[in-house]
Amino acid sequence: MKNSPVKTIVAIGIGAALFFVLGRFVAIPSPVPNTNISTQYGLLAFMAAIFGPVAGALIGLIGHALIDFSYGWGIWWSWVIASACFGALIGLVASRLSIEDGEFGQKGIITFNLFQVVSHVIAWGVIAPVLDIVMYKEPANKVFLQGLVGGISNIVTTAIIGTLLCVAYAAAKPKKGSLSRDR
Amino acid sequence: MRNIFNYIDRPSPIHDLTGATKLVCLLLWSFAAMMTYDTRFLAMLPVLSFALFVISKIRLRDVSFMLGFTVVFMVLNNVLVFLFSPQHGVSLYHAKHVLFSLGGRYVVTQEQLFYHLNLVLKYLSTIPIVLLFVCTTDPSEFAASLNRIGVKYSIAYSVALALRYIPDIQREYHEISQAQQARGIEMSKKQTLVKRLKSAGAILIPLILSSMDRIEVISNAMELRGFGKKKKRTWYMARPFSRWDILAMILSAGLLVTAILLNVRNGERFWNPFV
Amino acid sequence: MKDENELLVEFRDFGFQYNAQAEPTLYHIDLKIRRGEKVLIAGPSGCGKSTLASCINGLIPFSYRGESTGKAMIRGRETKEMSLFEISQTVGTVLQDSDGQFIGLTVAEDIAFALENECVRDPQLHERVRAAASLVNIESHLHHAPEDLSGGQKQRVALAGVMVNEVDLLLFDEPLANLDPATGKTAMELIEDMRRKSGAAVVIIEHRLEDVLHRDVDRIVLMNDGRILADAAPDELLSTGLLAQNGIREPLYLTALKYAGVTVTPQMRPGSIHSLKLEEAQKEKVRSWSAGVGEIPPRKDRKILLQAENIHFTYGNGYKALDGVSLTIREGELMAIVGTNGAGKSTFSKVVCGFETPQKGRIRFGAEAAGIPENAGSWMDLSIKERADHIGYVMQNPNQMISQTMIWDEVALGLRTRGVDEAEITKRVEETLKICGLWPFRRWPVSALSFGQKKRVTIASILVLQPEMIILDEPTAGQDYRHYTEIMEFLRTLGSRGFTVVMITHDMHLMLEYAARCIVFSEKKVIADDSSAGVLTSPDVIARASLKETSLYTLAKMCGIRDERAFVQSFIDYERKNRRGSFASAETASTGTEPGNTEQEGAQS
Repeated sequence: MKNSPVKTIVAIGIGAALFFVLGRFVAIPSPVPNTNISTQYGLLAFMAAIFGPVAGALIGLIGHALIDFSYGWGIWWSWVIASACFGALIGLVASRLSIEDGEFGQKGIITFNLFQVVSHVIAWGVIAPVLDIVMYKEPANKVFLQGLVGGISNIVTTAIIGTLLCVAYAAAKPKKGSLSRDR
Repeated sequence: MRNIFNYIDRPSPIHDLTGATKLVCLLLWSFAAMMTYDTRFLAMLPVLSFALFVISKIRLRDVSFMLGFTVVFMVLNNVLVFLFSPQHGVSLYHAKHVLFSLGGRYVVTQEQLFYHLNLVLKYLSTIPIVLLFVCTTDPSEFAASLNRIGVKYSIAYSVALALRYIPDIQREYHEISQAQQARGIEMSKKQTLVKRLKSAGAILIPLILSSMDRIEVISNAMELRGFGKKKKRTWYMARPFSRWDILAMILSAGLLVTAILLNVRNGERFWNPFV
Repeated sequence: MKDENELLVEFRDFGFQYNAQAEPTLYHIDLKIRRGEKVLIAGPSGCGKSTLASCINGLIPFSYRGESTGKAMIRGRETKEMSLFEISQTVGTVLQDSDGQFIGLTVAEDIAFALENECVRDPQLHERVRAAASLVNIESHLHHAPEDLSGGQKQRVALAGVMVNEVDLLLFDEPLANLDPATGKTAMELIEDMRRKSGAAVVIIEHRLEDVLHRDVDRIVLMNDGRILADAAPDELLSTGLLAQNGIREPLYLTALKYAGVTVTPQMRPGSIHSLKLEEAQKEKVRSWSAGVGEIPPRKDRKILLQAENIHFTYGNGYKALDGVSLTIREGELMAIVGTNGAGKSTFSKVVCGFETPQKGRIRFGAEAAGIPENAGSWMDLSIKERADHIGYVMQNPNQMISQTMIWDEVALGLRTRGVDEAEITKRVEETLKICGLWPFRRWPVSALSFGQKKRVTIASILVLQPEMIILDEPTAGQDYRHYTEIMEFLRTLGSRGFTVVMITHDMHLMLEYAARCIVFSEKKVIADDSSAGVLTSPDVIARASLKETSLYTLAKMCGIRDERAFVQSFIDYERKNRRGSFASAETASTGTEPGNTEQEGAQS
């Protein structure tokens, strides 16, 4: 089923709100002291896999920018843009999956995760650090290591939470076929 | 609940400016600050933003909570930069004036300290102005402002929807997580990392699946009330520009032009007192 | 020029089938709605009434895809040749979900939404918003955010948001679903008021018949299984048995009349308790019936299970929610906590479960409450998880609790997180599934279940932890009469198994029929603790707690019965004696459980 343009707009709004709430209030302690795991990228990957690259990019952009706004530390554009790029890249997987129709089997899981790993590597391994260097003139080794740490942690969360969400959503979609009661 | 973004409704000349004006000024200011590393220019911006704070009647304690985050972030980033690249300043300013050594490659130079000063100034020249924007702009006006500066109204409305439903989703998250905690699901450090993430899934799955239903209801409600039919839309919260709006935008544009001119004159993005 | 009798909506032999479904949802619909008419569309869940509403407002065919037959027309034009936008100029819809409908950041912006989309400019934009707001009496709240409004106020905003377009037909989808009784009454008055002022037609989709009939309607359209079964004036339809046969709850006063052996005819004007006319002989029948119902003796005092003493609680943002609440809950009780939004009833349950910590006061539970000092640990020292072993909390919306794909896993979740071994898990899950009537579905995915069945899954997932008491937040919200009865009879069987069941609700029928005792919250305090009959016949409590007096009370007065409370009580007792037996046995048969199941013993140990 194709989504109407209005539905996509609403999905961007609600997706960004979820991204914000997850990024701002859902604190899961990570193994590194004083840092939390960013569950919002699992959500972003899921939303993008359903609503496509444009929605993915905008959810990442708006959601991340709102988080930065709410902390008051100004918008850290390099990372906001990286979030948007991740949303757009993983959104490309949408056309290869049909989660809306309730299909997300082993093949879907592999495709989804392949895409998310590549998208995270591009977003945090290339885009974020390069923009940090260009825009903020920060030292290269620092920003690449930051990108690496962030990227790996995001890959793990997306692999677990993103996959769980896709499976749960596909399972919740009504499927044709008859279920019989067990006695 | 809307105070996540800390809007403070208080009569002042800054509050009187339209949201669109403030957004344009914020963007111009941010670009100007991002563009150059000219220390003199960067030192001027915090002074200017302090003056604007006074005009806006926003007091320090109104923003102390947000400033706290900022200071932590700033210190952390400076420490990281030094740890990873203690000679970054030397390579940027093509000179080396050693002050003292901390051992190994951690030799403190004038150039490095000067670079850190610039980094701090960079924060001080962008953060207060963002805070000021957040504190003086009614979230209701934000979407209308985005549309006014050329963002498509459908996308501007996505932002409005995000702002509208953040409190609802936050409340729902809180309720779900309490009910799931009662069933023994926890995300604390007592659990292994994978278990923690799975626990998060047990809370996030109901939250996100019910949000998917919400998307359906809201988009029906919007279509039933004629959203998306026309190429344009008007905004209840939009206000016409006044003389002050125009003036504010011209002054901000002036900042950007100054930054560009300084870069041209310096021949690079840094103002270099060492050579 | 507006034609007073203009035909706004017409269906001619219309049928509809969703693309995803194997069977049509609507068959042979013939229906006409004219300007100024007020029509109630009633029917049980799944009867097709919401689909019919979507065909009127254009969501079908524009948002939901499917095959249609016959004709659906708005003002003589087929809807499929129009656009959703065009239809919205004629039909204004107020959806059931008031948070979903409230799109703007503030009241004024939400009312303005439709006008903004039509590019209406200032000053008309502001003027029309103000006019619409004052029409529904919300103009003093123009700059309020939705979270600062009550359910009734949100509905007013929704109404203003469609009235602003000067539509010719107002369509309400379950307008009473989320409102407390008194607000529901006001809502029906407001809708009638709007109809008078604007001359628009009104279509109300609702299964809470008696509450809608608080104000006159012209016709009731009764639907079941995708067909229209009746389209008649209320007086006529209520004189037949059709409503009850099709899973719609009749008004209580009519049920009482039937119990008393009075034959209801259209001439008696049974459409509303206020228009109802009874002859002396009929009144006498009611009087003698009520005198003849033998009293059910109240059950002897049971052990105290929970005792709350002078609880004070203020939220982090400074909002005081509980102001000295004290109450007692006894073992094996089936009781209700009622009150308006913000009265403190939900906060109280959060304090009991440990989600919030009170600043003052104390809760005792179990042995501690019963005053047995030797093995009494302090309830206040337990964590959320530890308390959950004794008191289970079931949220209003089952979709907010379910996180697993399969029913079995969902029910087992709480045990797995507690590290119970698999053999024990299997045993307990099996037992619980049987008790909850879910045994036949044990291998199903959750998604295949109906809303009511999902509710049972969430109750099962709590019961499996073997708590002594469960608290249910609005257990029957969004349920039609049949599912509602099903859930409540199920809860009653739990009661008879020794579980203590506490329901937080604003549903009047629920407390009247099922709760033996009722605690009323108002203004952050407990204002009454009485039998349900007592609460619903006390004008003072009714007014303070935003409840609504039952029509039985009015009927009693009409028949000259002095002791209204005793009359209401005898109605409850009569129902309990004559109806419940059959339900309860059906329950046992369908679930196939044997009496004396170990679940009960486990709960009591």
